[in-house]
Amino acid sequence: MKVVIMGCGRVGARLASLLDEDGHQVTVLDNDTYSFRRLPPSFSGTALYGNGTDEEALKKAGIEDADVFVALTQGDNRNVMSCQIAKHVFKVPRVVCRIYDPLREEMYNALGLETLSPTKIFAQMLREKIEGEG
Amino acid sequence: MYIIIIGGGRVGYYLLKALLKEEHEVLVIEKDARVCKTITDELGSVCTRGDGCEAATLAEVGTGRADMLVAVTGDDEDNLVACQVAKHKHNVPRTIARIRNPQNAPFFKKLGVDVTVNTTDIIIEVIEHEVPTHPVTELFTLEEQGLIIVDVKITEESTTAGKMVKDLSLPKESKLALIIPHEGGTHVPAAQTTLQVGDQIIAITPSQYKEELEKALGGV
Repeated sequence: MKVVIMGCGRVGARLASLLDEDGHQVTVLDNDTYSFRRLPPSFSGTALYGNGTDEEALKKAGIEDADVFVALTQGDNRNVMSCQIAKHVFKVPRVVCRIYDPLREEMYNALGLETLSPTKIFAQMLREKIEGEG
Repeated sequence: MYIIIIGGGRVGYYLLKALLKEEHEVLVIEKDARVCKTITDELGSVCTRGDGCEAATLAEVGTGRADMLVAVTGDDEDNLVACQVAKHKHNVPRTIARIRNPQNAPFFKKLGVDVTVNTTDIIIEVIEHEVPTHPVTELFTLEEQGLIIVDVKITEESTTAGKMVKDLSLPKESKLALIIPHEGGTHVPAAQTTLQVGDQIIAITPSQYKEELEKALGGV
């Protein structure tokens, strides 16, 4: 699969290296080249400098023939915007969007985006852990 | 009208002042407490501190009854999300977003923002208007009808100078609305009107015929 990941933070870099190990064709996009230090030396994909809400940067990252687009920057709004561009403009078959704010996550989920809220998921996990051991 | 402005920066601040002057009910939502206080100190309780992209903040300020939401923060993505939340969660009939990257205009339209405004395009329009050699200037777009109103200047190079209106081959559905002669004043063009060098013609045309109209009138 051809995967474009926007945001090379801890999660982005880790996901990129996992997918790369599985043999997928991975491109990571970040607007700070310093972030690419998080990629392991064995990473065989592409690390590209650019802003993921910019049409040209997305095209350079190969969004036009990508199978999957994942937005993992720190900004919920940035993720939401680039995912909508990926889905509605470039018609990427699978688009996954991280949104920290649970309310915003619900809304964009209802609007048809595949969304994940780490806030919701992690709080839920912690609750289960605490109540399970209590 | 009840108008909500997202972002109390310079654009938001002057917009607020202008709209208050026109006696609208206006409210600014601004993240920064200090900026918010400066506005409240000067203009009264017309600014709420909060994140304009959050449905809860928008609910608090009664966005459900707002006639319009204008997002003018410095970040395109924030403006997009504020408009989308207003539209989808609070059914605001009209949303306007400021954009910094002109390329975002078609995306924003596609994603449900009613109007986008970007300074780059505005400055380009002004330049087009100010450069006298440019024969056709777009004055106004009637988006729903697909029509544009243009201003065409008859220059010395125009082959149409000296021709009568009835002899022009205008594109379909294009109409000449007004002639502003060089010496001032205005008149409505009739079939027998002769075009003179220095005339300015205000015309209406379907947007796809802009270039044909330019040829028919400018004759360059």
